Order: sequence, then C-alpha cells, then structure tokens
Amino acid sequence: MQRWPVLLFLAWVCFLFFSGIGLFMSGFLLTRIELANSSSCSDPLAPPPWDKQSLPPGSCWVPQRFPKVVLVIIDALRFEFALFNPAKVNPLPYENKLSFLHHLATSQPHHARLYRFLADPPTATMQRIKGLTTGSLPTFIDVGSNFATYAIQEDNLLAQLVQNGRRVVFMGDDTWEGLFPKKFFRSYFFPSFNVKDLHTVDNGILQYLYPTVNSGEWDLLIAHFLGVDHCGHKHGPDHPEMAKKLTQMNEMLRSLVDHLGNDTLLLVAGDHGMTETGDHGGDSQREVNAALFVYSKTPLFGTDPPEEPEAIPQVNLVPTVALLLGVPIPYSNIGEVMAELFSGDGDTVSEALQQLLVYHINAKQVDRFLHSYSLVAQDLPAEQLQHLQELFSSAVEEHVQLLAQVQRAMLVSPELESKLRSLISRFQLYLRQARAVCTQSWARFHPLRMVGGCTLIAASCLLCYVASELATVSDSFYRSCLLYPLLWGLMTAVLRGLACVFTQEELDLLLLLSWAAAASLLGFFWHWWGRHPKRARLLGSQPPLASIGLRQRLRVWLGLAFPVSILFFRCGAMFSDSFVVAEAQVAPFLLASLVMLLIGKLHWDGHLTVPEGPKQQALGFSSYRKESWHLLCLVAVLLVCVRLSGFFHQCREEIPQCRPSVFLPPLASLRNTRAKNLFYLLCVALLAGLVYAVRSWLRHYGNLNSSDPLVLFVRWGFPLVVLCIACYWAVASSAEDSLGKLQELVEVAIIAFPWAVYGLVSIGLLLLLCHPMTVFAKDSRESAGSIVTPYQGIPSSKVDLLQVIPQIYKRMQESEKSRLERRSCRATVAAYGLGSVYSAALVIALTLLGFLLMLLHSERLSLAFLLLFLEAFVLLHIHTRARSLAGDTEPFSVPWFSVISWLLAASQFFYSTGHQPIFPAIHWNAAFVGFHLDHSTNLLPAVLVGANTFASHILFAVGCPLLLLWPFVCEMPSSQKKKSKREPQEELQTVDEHMMEMRLRESPEKFSTALLQLGLKYLFVLGAQLLACVCAAVILRRHLMVWKVFAPKFLFESLGFMVSSICLLLGISLVMRVDCAVSTWFSQLQLR
Amino acid sequence: MKEAELRRLLAANLLCAGSIVLTALVPALFLDGFSVLGTHLTWLCICSVCVSVLNVTLCLILKPSPSSKRSSLSNKISRFLKCCIYFFMSCILFHAIIVLYGAPLIESVTETFLFAVLLSTFTTLQCLCLLGPNIQAWIRVFSRNGAMSIWENSLQITTTCSILGGWFGAFPIPLDWDRPWQVWPISCSLGATFGYMAGLIIAPLWIHWNRKQLTYKSR
Repeated sequence: MQRWPVLLFLAWVCFLFFSGIGLFMSGFLLTRIELANSSSCSDPLAPPPWDKQSLPPGSCWVPQRFPKVVLVIIDALRFEFALFNPAKVNPLPYENKLSFLHHLATSQPHHARLYRFLADPPTATMQRIKGLTTGSLPTFIDVGSNFATYAIQEDNLLAQLVQNGRRVVFMGDDTWEGLFPKKFFRSYFFPSFNVKDLHTVDNGILQYLYPTVNSGEWDLLIAHFLGVDHCGHKHGPDHPEMAKKLTQMNEMLRSLVDHLGNDTLLLVAGDHGMTETGDHGGDSQREVNAALFVYSKTPLFGTDPPEEPEAIPQVNLVPTVALLLGVPIPYSNIGEVMAELFSGDGDTVSEALQQLLVYHINAKQVDRFLHSYSLVAQDLPAEQLQHLQELFSSAVEEHVQLLAQVQRAMLVSPELESKLRSLISRFQLYLRQARAVCTQSWARFHPLRMVGGCTLIAASCLLCYVASELATVSDSFYRSCLLYPLLWGLMTAVLRGLACVFTQEELDLLLLLSWAAAASLLGFFWHWWGRHPKRARLLGSQPPLASIGLRQRLRVWLGLAFPVSILFFRCGAMFSDSFVVAEAQVAPFLLASLVMLLIGKLHWDGHLTVPEGPKQQALGFSSYRKESWHLLCLVAVLLVCVRLSGFFHQCREEIPQCRPSVFLPPLASLRNTRAKNLFYLLCVALLAGLVYAVRSWLRHYGNLNSSDPLVLFVRWGFPLVVLCIACYWAVASSAEDSLGKLQELVEVAIIAFPWAVYGLVSIGLLLLLCHPMTVFAKDSRESAGSIVTPYQGIPSSKVDLLQVIPQIYKRMQESEKSRLERRSCRATVAAYGLGSVYSAALVIALTLLGFLLMLLHSERLSLAFLLLFLEAFVLLHIHTRARSLAGDTEPFSVPWFSVISWLLAASQFFYSTGHQPIFPAIHWNAAFVGFHLDHSTNLLPAVLVGANTFASHILFAVGCPLLLLWPFVCEMPSSQKKKSKREPQEELQTVDEHMMEMRLRESPEKFSTALLQLGLKYLFVLGAQLLACVCAAVILRRHLMVWKVFAPKFLFESLGFMVSSICLLLGISLVMRVDCAVSTWFSQLQLR
Repeated sequence: MKEAELRRLLAANLLCAGSIVLTALVPALFLDGFSVLGTHLTWLCICSVCVSVLNVTLCLILKPSPSSKRSSLSNKISRFLKCCIYFFMSCILFHAIIVLYGAPLIESVTETFLFAVLLSTFTTLQCLCLLGPNIQAWIRVFSRNGAMSIWENSLQITTTCSILGGWFGAFPIPLDWDRPWQVWPISCSLGATFGYMAGLIIAPLWIHWNRKQLTYKSR
C-alpha cells in the first residue's frame, strides 16, 4: 500500500486550495488593526503657545469655537440630491428638492456652504458611521480586542465628548446603539432593519427633534434619518417617493434652522451615496459622492464660496468637529481639518496663524498615530512612512521657527503671509499623503488577486475531479500527476524567490506560494493531457472496449446527474443573500431531497422490488424485498433526525420573527429547577447511551476482546470521561448562591473537570496512535486444528454469537498454508475484530472527539451531537444498503451521492449545533471551558472557539473514510449465501469468505486508490461550495449585504474548508496508521 | 386503437387542466372576496374537490382499466372503502413528509394538511382511479418499463411533475421579496398545481412523440 504518496497528494491538493483562499482573501478582505490608545486633553500636541494665551476652561488643545453642534445624517444623501440648479426645467425626482440649503447658501454665503463629501469604500452604513466618528478607514475586519460585539473599541468622537463631560443626544438608526453602548446622554433609537419601511425612523426623529433642540440639554445632537436610503433600496432614486422623501427632509431642515441658536453649528451630511438602482456598498462615483452642508448663524467663512463645491473626504469631519467643540482629536484619526472653518474674524495673518495652529495639532496627531500603528502592524510600507516622517518634521520645525520670528515681530505682513501660506500647504501635503498611504493599504480591493484566487480554487476543483476519475494507482500516476507538478511548483517558487533576491524586491510569501500553486497546477494538467492521448490510443486499438466504455460512461453521467444537481442547487444558493440567510433550512431540505431522490432512483430501476418470478410477471405485480423495507425505515429515521436537528438553530438578525432555540443557553440560566434537573439527567443519560452504543457496536464486531491498552481505555476510560463531563455539567449548571461555603471547591472543580476530560481524551488519542489495533488473536496452532475450515472458532462463535464474531484472514491462511505445508504442521489463527479494525479505530477517535466537542458546547447541545452521531450512522447504513441493493460492482469507489450527502449533513449540523456564519453568533464561552478568565496566548482560545464552531465539520471530515469502510464492515453473510446460490459452482470458494475489511488489505493498491479517490471527491465537493462562495463574494461585492452576509459567509466557509480538509487528512492518516499496525501484526504473526 | 386512445387521453387531460383553471376563476363569481392568493385555503379545498370529482367521473366514463371480472356490490363497497382509507393515509403520509422537509410542525397545520390533500389528489387519487387499491400495481407502474398502457404512462408523468412542482415551489419561500404568494404553503401548492397541469399537457405530447418506442407488454 502506498501510504505516503496518497497523503502527499491530498496534502498538495489542500495546499492548492489554501493558496487560492489566501490569495483571494488578501485581495478581498480589507484588514486593519485597531489601536486601543485614546487621546486625552493633556497630550502635549499643541505647538509652543505663541501669543501666551491660555485655553479657556472646557477646551482642549485649541479654544472651542462652538459650544453646540447639530449633526443631521441623512442616510444615502448623494451629492446630486443636495445640489440645487435653478436653471433645470424638468428636474428628476431627486433633483432640486433641497431648495432650503440652496437658499441658505446663496443668501448667507459666509454662513453656509455645500461640500462634496467623499465616502471611503466600503460604503455600508455601519462602516461609514465608524468612519464618521473615528476619523479612520474602517475595513471589513477591524482587528480589535473583542470580536463579540459590534461596539466601536477605537477612540472616537463620541468617546472624547463623553470623556470631556459633554452631552451627546442621539435619535434615529438603531445601528448606533450597538456601536456606542452607554455613550449617549439621551437616545431615541428606531429599528433600521426593515428596508421596506420608509417612515418609522424619520417620523420618530421628527417627533423628538424639535423639543430636544429647544430644551438645550445637549452639546452634540445627532439625528440619523434613514428614509432616503430605504427609499433608494425600495424604489431607486428615480422615483416619486424619493421626491416626497427629500421634500420632507427639506422641510425638516427649514424648521430645524428656525429652532437653532446663534452658538450652534449645523452639519447636514450623507454617509454615502447610492447607485442608479439605489444600492450602495462599493466604490463607484455615485456611491462615494455624498453631500455635506455646513451652516451657522454666526459667520463661519472669511471668503466667498468657490464656484464648484469643494470635495473633502469624510474623515475630515472628525478632527474638524473635535477641534471646533474643543475636545481632543480621536487617536486614530487620519483626517485633515477643514481649515476655513477656523478662520475666525481677524485679519488675514491672524487667520493664517490660527489655521496653522490647527494644522500643526492635526499633523502631530496623525504622526503620532502612524508611529503607533507602524509599531503593531507592518501593512503600511516602510519607505513611505519614512518619507512622511521627513515631511512632517521639516514642516513642524519650520513652523516653530516661524512662530519665534512672529513673536519677535521680525517679519512684515506680506512676506509673513506668503510664508504662512506655503507652510499651510506643506502641512496639507503631509496630511493628504498620509491619508493616501492609509487608503492604499486599507480601502482598496485588489481585483487581480481576487480573480487569481478564484481561478486557483476553480482549477483545484477541476483537478480534484479529474484526478478522482483518473486515480489508477501506478507509479507512473504518482510520477506524472504528483511528482512532476510538485517539481514544477518548487522550481517556480525558487525562481521567483531568486528573482526577488536579485531585484531586491520585497518578498511576498503569499504571492510566492500562489505562483508555486499555479505552476504545479499547470504541471498537473500538462502531464494529464500528455497521458490522455495515450489512453485514447490504447482504447482505439480495442474497439469493443471503447464502445463499452462509452456506454458505461453515459450511465455514469446519468447516475451523476441527480447528486450533482443537488450540489448545483446548494452552490447556487450561495449567490442569494436570502438563501445564505436561510441556509440552516436549505441544507436539511437538500439532504432530504437527495436521499429521497436516491430512493426514487433505486425504485425506478427496480432494485427495491423482488426480482420478478414467472408467476409475478404474469400478474404484473411486484413487491418490496425485505432489505428495501430496512432501507425505507432507515430513510425515515434519517428524515426524522434531520427534522429534529432543526430545533437547535440559532437566529440571525435578518429574520426578525425567528426565535432562537431554547436549547442554546446553558443550563445555569434556567430558572426552573425541575426542568433543569430533568434536562441534566436527560443529557447525562443520553451521553451514557452513546458510550453504551459505541461499546456494544465494538463488542458486536469483536473489537473489545483483547487486553490492549486501547481496548482497556474504551472499556474504562469512556465511562470515566462521561463521568467527568457529567460532573462538570453539574458544577457549571448549579446555582451560584446555593453552594455557599463550597464556592472555593466549585471554583477548583469547574477547572479540574474539563482538564480531566482534556487529559483523558488526549491519552485516548495517543493510545490510538500508538496501538491502533483492537484485535484479539487466538492462537490455536498448537491444538492442531484442521486447515480446511478457515473458521477455527465457528462452533464457539455460534454459541456466543453476539459476544464475538471471530474473524480470520484468508490470505494469512494461504501464506501460512504454504509455509505450514512445508513444515507439515497444521494450525490456524482466529483473530477477533480483525474485520472491523479500521472502522473501530475511527469510531473510537470520533467518539473521543465527540466528547471533547460536547464539552465545549452548552449542555443541552449534547442532544444535537447525539443526533449527529445517529444521523451519521444512519447515513452510513443507507449508503451501504443502497449500494448492496443496486448491486454495485465497484466496492472500492464511493459514489458521489454518499459524499455529497455526507457533506450536506456536515453543513446541516453546523447550524444544528447552534451556529450561524456571522460573528455575533460565535460561542465565545467555549474559550473559557477549563480556564478562568485569562489566557496567556491567543492561540489556545482560538483553537477552542474554532473547535466549537466547526465541530460538525471536524467530526464529519474525520469520519469520512468510514464511507469507504462501512460497506465492508456491514458485509452480510446472507448476501454472500445468496450470491453463492446463484452461482453454485463458486459456492465452495465464496461461502466462507467473510473477510470484511480484510478485503481491503487484500488489494493494497486498490485500497490506497480508494482512499485517495474518496479524499479527492470530498475535497471536490467542499471546494465546489467554497468556489460558489468566493464567486458570490466577487460578483456581489457591490451588493448591499456583502459585508453583512456574503463576506462572513465566505470567511466561515473558507475556515470550514481548512478545518475540514485538515481533519480529512488526519482521518485518512489514521486509517493508514492502522494499516501499518496491521501489517506489523501480520509479520509478527508469521514470525511466531 | 392507439391513436384513438391517445385522443381520449388528451381530451381527459385537457379537461382536467381546464377544470383547474376554472376553479381559480369561477368561484370569484359566487364568493365574495375570493382569490387564489387571498383565500388560499378555500381555493385549495375547491381545487381538490373539483379535481377528484372530475377524475372519478372520467375514470367511470372512460374505464381506462377494465376490470376483468364482474364484482358483487359488497366487493365494490369494500373496494371503495379501501380507496378512501388509502387516500386518507396518503394525505397523512404526505403531511408527515412535508413536515419532515421543514414545514412548521404546530403552526399552520391546516395549511399543511390541505396542501397534503392537494398533493394526494394529484397523485394518489389518480393511482386509485387507474389502478385501484393495489399497492403492488403501483409499485410496478412506477418503475422502469413498468407502464402497460398510455394511461399508466400519463400517470407516471403527471405524478412526477406534480411532486417536482411542489418541490420547486419551496424555492422562493426564503427570498425577501415580500410577495403574498411566498407565504406557506401558497408557493408550494401553486408549484404542485402548475406541475400537475404541465404534466397533463406534457404526457399526451410525450407519448405521441415516443409512440414508436412505447411498446406495452400484453396484459
């Protein structure tokens, strides 16, 4: 058996997928690291005071200019909506509706101004709110300290205001509630989720807006209107409803301005624009161009407005508002102050000096941020940072010198003014370049990388399919399909690396790996193509063979059509946000359909009915075979399992009427003591039942007879693990106060029991690795048994048939025979449990993993795990029965139907263990099973949470080789007899051939091929799902739901793929390990 | 002979399809506020009843499966009772399968059950009319080369189409279009109905096109 090539091949395929995923992720997922630092009033950022004036009380960094600011956010207020062009005769529904802004801007040019407000992609509301308050560029993943909440952890405008004792009042979109918990002095939230609802939020705000403004109990008032955005989503911008909505906004602004005091600054901003269809999220001009309108009853601007409204980035709002209100600029801000708002009413020199002051502070803050950021992350290019640093220090130096000159009054006005202007422009240059550097690395998709990743994944899928069809194990197969491609890849990597060294480019490891992967893929297809014509020629020389091949291939294709169509539906479902949201229902539906299709097909082909005898044929009647009824019962059990597993679902916020399963919260949260006790007992009883079932299964196949450490572990360790888990559950779910004095003991126990389980499980797994054999050999060579009957133990096995079914290995016999004949000595060896030695090892491993994963979930989810085990068992049986009924001629290849149903069950149980592919649904508690609330590293909690999240992926992937082994384990003596009846001449040879899994050992080449094929098929189906996710993310990257639905789905799917593929490799290597052990066992036996 | 029978089949099928269209239109004249979507349950009842009545009548008139021996009254009654029991059981079975496929268990039981009745009408009732309460014959018909007449061929096609239609009808349910027909079980029952009607129309055409290949075993 070729073990290493198989594993190497699978590992190589996994590597291809991983590099594709990595490449795609690097292009798609914009990441950034959140800094925990925050600015404070005492930070020495201001330049040396040049006029000796001290800050007025309540101001930080610079004197405050406005005590009050009203920020009106009109969601999706595109720049064109706010623009007013009186010359237009027939305005579109969204044009010329905000006439009041135009009126203000023209009648009071020094009080009001309209700007083009450039949003940074992703233009989704949540990311924009983050950008508008932190002054940074939020990406999809802002790597912060806490994933569990949406709350903004970074320093932000609201936090600064609260820190400095200001009152922030909010009304509108309830997204803010999650982002800024407990930050608001007063708040009126309205549900934002229903996109179809145009009025709830707006009318709610209007109800509270004016009374709040009049009461004056606020320093920053934020009103976030959603109607325009919802109208865009529902009707699109070019619709009469939009005209109504914008007119309503216009009236709102008109009366709002009436209520404002003289000391108040009014800002009207859109957080992003919208496309012609009303969507947003991407980076097209229409989505990015929002409007900003600034107004105050005191004069703001020293100059007249420019002809064309100025374009300013959205991040500029944060430092501007912060300094206008006299609070520190948030730490991570990269925006630039809008200097014209700081001009004041002095002469041009003092105006310029004032502007220079705010620029100086702003630049110092940005420099401080860049410095701190470059210490924790390397994603900003070093040489550009160096360049920025030089710009900054020279500007600051010059500023200080200039200030000294001003103080000594050495410069006359015009010269000073020009110097000041040039210095201002240098600060501006610095700030803009800094922002550009950040934008470059945080807010750009890399389409080339995305397409490259997609292509790599697609090509790997194709490779899996081709190789699984091809897999005829021979040395030439491995040489041409594994060795050469690997060499190609390695060569490319080395060449590329050398090229990098020579050109002194920075070596991007990810790109290097992707190049290697692409080259090895090319190599594979090249060699495969090279082999192809040879095969064709070979077939061409034998025409009848070729035609048979064609017919067979047609039949294979037809047989493929059903499972592949189900897979197609599953992949298609990834392209619709509704279906991704409803996937918890979609996967079981498709699984049930697949199984029903299988039954229908078997029935249609007449495999379920009794073969027609002459009498029945005359009547035209037929009835079901006994095995068919078994199959139908199994299907019924499967369907019930599938339906029951639906009671463990978690909810997503997209489905408001959904109620999360009552089984998800831990028992400790249950008030009713009786229910708690009942549930606890039920969980423990079922756990014990699982152990009992596994043990009786093993005993049935004779795997519990030896006294190996592993078998002893199964006998005594399993109950012990269950005991530990039960104790842990008892301690964890007991009411905290009821224990009183025992509290300390409980503290210890709550740590000790999980550790006991971890320890026992790892001992079990280690034993499994060291002695994977669960075979008991009964050597009876001394007792001179007859060589003719291969079953030495038949009489005894009939007596205690349920206890042991002795297994004997025929080839063993033959080799013994040849040897023994020479020695003229008769003997035989009865080996108990040899027939299921592979499956037994896998079942033990799965049970141990199951214990571990159950421990990580809340107590009542163990019911879901039991359903999982039951369903997997039933699926295996259905697979076996269906194959034996259909009279499958190829026992060594697992049909697509089984692989697809296995994977559908895996994704079904992802949902049925209380998970959803969104971040808030992750069970963070799992990180603290066996730990108090401290972790020295991030690795361990990540592993625990990952194991919890991908529990079903792990179990199903490790159990995947069972699909190959099960039909051999379930090989029925009865079917053998039937066969022998049909072919009486072969009876003598077949009647006693009860070899089960030893059939696999008999043809080691076929065995390794079968494992390889199974692995490739599994990876193909997984890869197809992943590919669908990736394509959905690429195609729908402008979709409204991309950051809420598709991107998290892609992330979970790709992580699930990685976990599954690694576990698949582990499962297959476990089988190989058992095979090794079996080989050594035989050689020892022969030596004896 | 074959052509004539095919024509009879076509007429019968068109009659069935026409009756379904009528059930959607005619009751609106008599019942206030009737519409297929608005008062879906009423329509389900009307449609099931009409289709079953029509089918039974057609079966009695056309006699596609002439019974070989004359049977006594008591025999007929027992056959009839058996048919009723079979129909009821198939309703229950369909209900169970629909629930296992993910339909709500406790809420909207009526809707689910009526959908099951509709499906039974489209499938089981046809079998009962054509083959009588004889499971073995059913099993034979729904297997490869099992059909012995064009009526049985038509039965195969309509049944498969109805069930497929119902299955595809479940697809739009999760979509967020907020249409009235996405409510359970409207899309599924509409899908089944459309599937049934499509089957009724496809069956004669398919048989017509494949009449050369279709050779029925002698009874």
